[in-house]
Amino acid sequence: MENTVDTKILAATRRNKIHPLKLALWVAIASLVMMFTALTSAYIVRQSAGNWLEFNIPNIFYLNTLVIVVSSLTLHGSYLAFKRQAKVAYQGLMVVTFLLGITFLVLQYLGWHELSAIGVPLKTNPSGDFVYAISGLHGLHILGGLGILLVSLLVAFLRPLKVTPIRKLRFELVLTYWHFVDLLWLYLIIFMSLYR
Amino acid sequence: MGNIAVANPLIESDLLIEEFGYDDHFHDHHHGDKFAASFVTHYIFSQDHKMIAKQFLITGMVWAIIGGLMSLVFRLQLGFPEESIAWLQPVLGKWISVDAEGIGKLTTDFYYALVTMHGTILVFFVLTAGLSGTFSNLLIPLMIGARDMASPLLNMLSYWFFFLSGTIMFASLFLSTGPFAGGWVAYPPLSALPEAMDGSGAGMTLWTVSLVFFVVSVLLGGINYITTVLNLRTKGMTMWRLPLPIWAFFVTAIIGLLSFPVLVSAFFLMMCDRTLGTSFYLSEIYIGGQALDHVGGSPILYQHLFWFLGHPEVYIIILPAMGIVSEVLSVNARKPIFGYKAMVLSILAIAFLSFIVWAHHMFMSGVNPFISNFFVIFTLIIAVPSAVKVFNWIATIYGGNMRFNAASMFAIGFVSMFISGGLTGIFLGNSTIDIQLHDTYFVVAHFHIVMGVAAFFGMYAGVYHWFPKMYGRWMNGTLGKLHFWGTIVGAYCVFWPMHYLGMAGVPRRYYSFDFYGTFAHFDGINKFITIAAMVTFAFQLLMVINFFYSIWYGKKVTEQNPYKANTLEWTTPIKAGHGNWPGKLPSVQRWAYDYGKDGREYIPQVQPMGEGEEESH
Repeated sequence: MENTVDTKILAATRRNKIHPLKLALWVAIASLVMMFTALTSAYIVRQSAGNWLEFNIPNIFYLNTLVIVVSSLTLHGSYLAFKRQAKVAYQGLMVVTFLLGITFLVLQYLGWHELSAIGVPLKTNPSGDFVYAISGLHGLHILGGLGILLVSLLVAFLRPLKVTPIRKLRFELVLTYWHFVDLLWLYLIIFMSLYR
Repeated sequence: MGNIAVANPLIESDLLIEEFGYDDHFHDHHHGDKFAASFVTHYIFSQDHKMIAKQFLITGMVWAIIGGLMSLVFRLQLGFPEESIAWLQPVLGKWISVDAEGIGKLTTDFYYALVTMHGTILVFFVLTAGLSGTFSNLLIPLMIGARDMASPLLNMLSYWFFFLSGTIMFASLFLSTGPFAGGWVAYPPLSALPEAMDGSGAGMTLWTVSLVFFVVSVLLGGINYITTVLNLRTKGMTMWRLPLPIWAFFVTAIIGLLSFPVLVSAFFLMMCDRTLGTSFYLSEIYIGGQALDHVGGSPILYQHLFWFLGHPEVYIIILPAMGIVSEVLSVNARKPIFGYKAMVLSILAIAFLSFIVWAHHMFMSGVNPFISNFFVIFTLIIAVPSAVKVFNWIATIYGGNMRFNAASMFAIGFVSMFISGGLTGIFLGNSTIDIQLHDTYFVVAHFHIVMGVAAFFGMYAGVYHWFPKMYGRWMNGTLGKLHFWGTIVGAYCVFWPMHYLGMAGVPRRYYSFDFYGTFAHFDGINKFITIAAMVTFAFQLLMVINFFYSIWYGKKVTEQNPYKANTLEWTTPIKAGHGNWPGKLPSVQRWAYDYGKDGREYIPQVQPMGEGEEESH
């Protein structure tokens, strides 16, 4: 990673408050927001065209919302512990976050089965297909987040705990992304519950 | 400023940077071998923005030649439908069907594939990556006074994703079923049903994969451009002192970041339809009397999502050209750009409007006429900022001490093309007139002139203007002018007559008009267009030869600031190394367009304000 960003260039030419990589992440998040806005807009447009099967989102998805929200909190706890150099809490909470992330994906998968069991398997009606597609695409972003968390875990366990600016920055980047996919799911589940 | 104003401008700007510049201790550190050492890191996996710009440009040129040749092949079919093209068989193989008498014809499937690929390649690979990829990379760090992009690594990845995307698209040309052939807009059902036609199978799969990688490239590049412009401007470079190309690239990147993800969403649902059998876009379809499994989808949904990217995309193409033209005109007219703030605001206005006009591509798709009204109004409002820009360009060169070189001639040509193409946009923006004109050659003429040829003109202006900065040598000026005259006359000969075809109702994308007696009298015009297209293409080869010859054998640039321009890129050494400035970073004291101010021909941006001098805007 040391080679990827010439931190000296960044440090030297930076006089603004926000770090370029953070700004870059926010810009990237803006484009991800557009991607999901497009899907939910397509949902509304398609719904207004009729031939739309109505059903209740299985409860497991709501339970899962709790899982991802808690994982966001644990990662934040891990970040705070990192800053005050509390190694056990830093490592432990990050492991919990990682496990919660995996739990989320498993429960989403079970949620799909549940959806199929209540009579909305894939290909029944676009209303169900949208739930599969949107949660699937969101799941891919969780998967990406888990990959990044895995790298963070390796750093947390293999490197001595030292709060350097670059490590703090990287943690903040991971944290921002994980909060984002969490909030994104909150938006999606609220959207899919309201527009049935 | 009096005592520093030495006669030699080269020394002057260096002295100014030394005195007022900003020492970032860039050169105190050893940057290791990763930027210049080996052939691979210097020329191939380079992280230097100047090299990445050249990579984008040359790759774009290769694609432009491929895409251009494709158009010549289908123009042959349109202009000379009776002639045998069996002589193309060694290249195109089975796509030329030769009958018993030895008469070779282009197969219909391949005709559509060519039209589709021509559109895809030119819109995405040449005019998006080749134009904004090249000049955003080259000019953003140089013009704002940055050492490099915010993330050189992402910048390198941006190019290589583009390269990967291009490789996949290129591979699809060699499929036995041929590349995708359902039009560059990839409307369902031709795109969503793998069995719809030959190209809809593997061809469409590769097309989609290629474009997803392309979007990744655009996003990585765009994130970098935005971050760099916002975060890495040198001391004194406020947003209102940015040269206009930078404003254009910046806004282009924002548009790209907000619109390309929507295309990914559209493709995502399409891939679900293709592979999982869902019915987002596919309604009840019967093939050979058999009903397919799909129920209740809406092809219009895809059109909405596609054009939500598709319309901003045309501004992604044209805005960088506009920015380049503004700079080239001002430098060569030796006059400040007229109405700098109006130029910036009109870029922003165009960017905003570009997001709320997409359905004007769908007037005839069965959208509600009341909704069409909304889109007509906003579409026509785009004429206002566009007219502001045209007025300002003309006012900039009016009374200027114009230098006529290839770059400035192409910039003027751009304005001409933009006016011609823009005016027909007013016709097409009206949903009622669109009833007659939609899907005819009028549309083809309109968008080729206003975003095809015009964007090419902007690109050429940029290439001729900044070639010395890229390679430290000059392109041949005479050949450049010849290229300009050939291109402007040729392009008008190709596209102007198409308006008449369109008004008479000749539909676009048709393989042959043999069965339409109504259009029989247009055979002559079609022949003329085809010949004009070939001649125009030949003139482009002139430019390509000039370009590559000049890289190695062009006249060497001897002055640091050969155009006597104000912007920061001309304060770097003739061949700028990594980090762009050998010592301190320049600090910016004024806007970029102080030409002919207070009796001085030009005042570079590094020149501090004199006593009692007022900022120009």
